[in-house]
Amino acid sequence: MKKQKKMNFNIILGCILLAITLIPALIGLVWTPYDPQKMDSSLKLAGSGIRHIFGCDNFGRDIFSRIMSGSGITVMIAVGTVALGSILGTVIGAFTGYFGGLIDEALMRINDVALAFPSLLLALVMVSLLGTGKYQVMLALGIAFIPSYARIVRSEYIRIKNLDFVKAARLAGAGDLRIMFVHILPNTKTVLLSSVMIGFNNAILAEAGLSFLGIGVQPPDASLGRMLSEAQSYMFVNPGYVLFTGATIVMIILGFSLISKEIG
Amino acid sequence: MRYVFKKILSSIITLFIVSLLVFVAFALIPGDPALSRLGTNATESALASLRHQMGLDKPLMVRYFIWLGSALRGDFGTSYSYSMSVTSMIADKLPITVTLMIYSLLLMIVISVPLGVYASYKEGTLIDRIIQIINQIVMAIPPFFSGILITLFFGMILRIFTPGGFVSISKNAVGFFGFMFFPSLAIALPKSAMVLNLLYSSLNGEKKKDYVRTAYSRGNRSKTVFFGHMLKNASIPTITFLGMALADIIAGSIIIEQVFGIPGLGRILLTSIQNRDYPVVIAIIMLVAVVVIICNLAVDIIYRIVDPRVEENT
Repeated sequence: MKKQKKMNFNIILGCILLAITLIPALIGLVWTPYDPQKMDSSLKLAGSGIRHIFGCDNFGRDIFSRIMSGSGITVMIAVGTVALGSILGTVIGAFTGYFGGLIDEALMRINDVALAFPSLLLALVMVSLLGTGKYQVMLALGIAFIPSYARIVRSEYIRIKNLDFVKAARLAGAGDLRIMFVHILPNTKTVLLSSVMIGFNNAILAEAGLSFLGIGVQPPDASLGRMLSEAQSYMFVNPGYVLFTGATIVMIILGFSLISKEIG
Repeated sequence: MRYVFKKILSSIITLFIVSLLVFVAFALIPGDPALSRLGTNATESALASLRHQMGLDKPLMVRYFIWLGSALRGDFGTSYSYSMSVTSMIADKLPITVTLMIYSLLLMIVISVPLGVYASYKEGTLIDRIIQIINQIVMAIPPFFSGILITLFFGMILRIFTPGGFVSISKNAVGFFGFMFFPSLAIALPKSAMVLNLLYSSLNGEKKKDYVRTAYSRGNRSKTVFFGHMLKNASIPTITFLGMALADIIAGSIIIEQVFGIPGLGRILLTSIQNRDYPVVIAIIMLVAVVVIICNLAVDIIYRIVDPRVEENT
């Protein structure tokens, strides 16, 4: 009974944190209080006030509007990354787990190495191959995320493929592809769901990291990581810029990890 | 012994595959290193002779084996943009990054292990709850933001250190280690939260096991059971995680070096990526791969010493 209560609390808190950060991000896709790119030299590094609640950056741009549109881009990249990584990873994991054999051996060896590599470094390699920009970052991170999904899905397929219901389906005349994607795939959904949640967090962290290093999203696009690296140079003049931007990242990640902790 | 030998052999094969993949991937990038070095108005014959000099006119596989041969002797070629030996460029900066890594690994253990053990020992009390809540928040802070927060707090409010005031070890050893404490802390904090969480949950998992009940029923005191029996078993997943965390520490140090203005490996890697200076990028990636694979090997071997039940064929 007691445990039930605590679980709800974590989920509620997670949802509140996500609502605070993601609803403005969604609105930011269509409307922001000020134009996030509009510069105004009279407002350079202005502090928080009634007109600009989070203050202004070094070009006099409204920080609240920039956080709104920046978190939109960050979340969009994370969604794309997770979609790409999980779909390709699931297909690779399904085939290797189901059929096994030499290709499985070879792919898993490469997979082991890719997994041992820090994902940020893998993404760095990918970015240096693909170039910078928001779509390149999405592609780079998506590829870097394939191995972790492939491994999880593969082990699920190995576990499930010899269960009775699969044998029954095969006796009923179902082909390999039908067994793989109609019979086995739905049974991997709990494992897949929790790794998608964790993957979402990792994607946000990795994008923020890449953009922070200046090799992710390029101006004029604003992303949270990019803004944080700009804000760092002015943190002694206007600490609000750094703190509000960083707090947004922390709240998104905390929200997701609280929810995934209960679901997983 | 056979197990160790097998593991070493498979690590070497893995390393070989990685080097091949990395080398081929970078060789296939569109763009001509000779052209970017000489500029677009260079003559065709000058380009051809430079390509010959850089060995770019040979087939890909030949180039790979030439590169591998010299890499095994410690020579990673010449940097495109600085025309100096890649090995000496890296050797210059390596001690700084290695210090950062070892420092943060130590801090990570010092912070997480006592707190995790203490929280589990006091499970259910107020202090356990407080540790858990703080831990959950710290876990969500990305390393670069923790670096910024540490700079703000220690640099601006407490004024204990000068942000960006890196001093090299040869000039001022005390100043060097004093300064490096803060970036190391920034890397260690989010990772310690994960180690704490893992140690805590595996300790709590052990509490319900039969051998713990047996140990209690034989009349052992709770401290003896906790520290003598459970801690050893619970440490196995933690050791594995520490081994894997080292890879993340490398990634963390690349970012943290930018936050604190430390001229380490991370900075060369970033400028080389931006300048498309591939020999340097390949060398650093291979270096990381070697470290990561050796760590995994060490974890496998330690794992087997701590837990002899690990089977031969795993």
